[in-house]
Amino acid sequence: MNRLLILGTALIAPLAALFVTPALAQSPTKLLNASYDVSRELFVAENEAFIKRHPGVAVDQSHAGTSKQARSIAEGLEADVVTFNQSTDIDFLARQGFVAKDWTKAFPNNASPFYSFPSFLVRAGNPKNIKDWGDLARADVHAVFPNPKTSGNARYTYLAAYAWAKEAYKGDEEKIDAYITKIFDNVPVFDTGGRASTTTFVERETGDVLITFEAETRGIVKQYGADKVESVIPSVSLLAEFPVAVVEKVAKKHGTEALAKSYLDFLYTEEGQRIAAQFGHRVQNEKVAGEFKDQFPAIRLVKVDDVFGGWDKIQKDHFASGGTLDKLYGSR
Amino acid sequence: MRRNVLPGLRLSLGVTLFYVGLIVVLPLAALVFKAASLGPEDYWRIVSSSRALASYRVTVLSALGATVFNLFFGLALAWVLTRYRFPGWRIVDAMVDLPFALPTAVAGIALTALFTTNGWFGSILAELGIKVAYTPLGIMIAMCFTSLPFIVRTVQPVLEDLDPALEEAAQSLGGSDWQIFRKVILPLLTPALLAGVSLSFARSLGEFGAIIFIAGNQPMSTEITALLVFIRLEEYDYQAAAAVASVLLIAAFVMLALTNWMQSRALRYTVRG
Repeated sequence: MNRLLILGTALIAPLAALFVTPALAQSPTKLLNASYDVSRELFVAENEAFIKRHPGVAVDQSHAGTSKQARSIAEGLEADVVTFNQSTDIDFLARQGFVAKDWTKAFPNNASPFYSFPSFLVRAGNPKNIKDWGDLARADVHAVFPNPKTSGNARYTYLAAYAWAKEAYKGDEEKIDAYITKIFDNVPVFDTGGRASTTTFVERETGDVLITFEAETRGIVKQYGADKVESVIPSVSLLAEFPVAVVEKVAKKHGTEALAKSYLDFLYTEEGQRIAAQFGHRVQNEKVAGEFKDQFPAIRLVKVDDVFGGWDKIQKDHFASGGTLDKLYGSR
Repeated sequence: MRRNVLPGLRLSLGVTLFYVGLIVVLPLAALVFKAASLGPEDYWRIVSSSRALASYRVTVLSALGATVFNLFFGLALAWVLTRYRFPGWRIVDAMVDLPFALPTAVAGIALTALFTTNGWFGSILAELGIKVAYTPLGIMIAMCFTSLPFIVRTVQPVLEDLDPALEEAAQSLGGSDWQIFRKVILPLLTPALLAGVSLSFARSLGEFGAIIFIAGNQPMSTEITALLVFIRLEEYDYQAAAAVASVLLIAAFVMLALTNWMQSRALRYTVRG
């Protein structure tokens, strides 16, 4: 019997240890920020500045595609705040009861402290002479961007190309569809996230043009040097807001509601905006925007609501299973 | 034979069933449950959509190619590792296990770097007009890499246990090398080879990490089924993900059952023969 007892304990103890991890001390001095894939460096800098103002506070970061982040949170990732690149994923969290229904009103500018837009990065000297969205459909141009099904970044790319085509072809759907199909046909590789596409384009030298947020293209030029890649700004693009929200369900549990709010408020302060601008994001604060005027050439940005009638409609028309996107790139 | 060195049947059987239930059956049941919440029509529409069909084709054909390649190459490797001792033997033997130990994503990144058109191998192959990375060929190579140890490690112990007297007897009866291999060695190896092949094939069907880096992930041409499951999940379409995943599950089950059956037949055959 004794032997049984020992063996039983030996078997159950590791199992028990798995389930009963010592409860972490829930002090309200720690935040987890779940963010999108290509914002790592930005939030390292933002967090550092925030912690200087709030000594003793720690901010942890988690980065992945925003849809994946939203799903992780719904399934138990205890993030106190989310800083996403797409409102649909926060809407999903709102439907699940993690975020307040009226989260867009909790912070200024639709709860988006900064913005960007899909832009181009080409090889130094722009050998293929890529200037605008129309060039992407040329047979000799291979565009690299991640899979719109798994990446918010690429959804903006797809929508921006679509918005350009809508204007260029005056709403002729057949021509728009043909144009989008041509772009997809020439994509050499569909990575699952923005960073992976950057690697494919810059490190593996695949493709002629990388399409990603302007903020990311600036980071790449800075990191790899203007003798390797250069940024090209198209004639028109789609405004990409980067919405933020407090994950109230988690914050309440952690007792971090006030801290989470002041963290997101910080992104709107002059200091927070300046850091965002240094990392290539365009900012709303006029004073800071003025300081960085030379870095950010003017561009005409169209809005999701104006061109497509809002994210709900986009989701239904374009990204749902069997929607336009499936039709255009599943049709080969 | 004493079966009861470890404490009694009741406890050990209990522990066995508990573990199998908790770790294997329960998660798979949850998957089937999720898929079953779709009506039969929706289920069929999802698993037989043209994109899903294309992904099965890519996955199965690449896995077949990788398995056939590994069947020959793995057998040769196992043969050399058991029959010869050469300098560095121990290192080569240990290297075979590397794909087991390595996170497959690491393998994927390394293989992609090698095989892109400006990588070490890729640049040479590109001159010959062969593209590997971002094509089904790349998927096959990733599968070869991750599933190689399955064949080597199942065949190796059987080769080691092979009684030399059998080969000597065959030789003394005037059998040529090829005859000895085909009529004496191969039948004895068949069960192990089958087991290795089925494991290798099943692993290739399920491989994800190594492949998504090298595949290019183009729907209809280089998208594997596991990625399609992942994509459906990203779209919050849990049911469709479960439905496609259930196809992989069924395929794995059928395959294992089939090889078990073939193995038992092969065993019976060799025992009688």
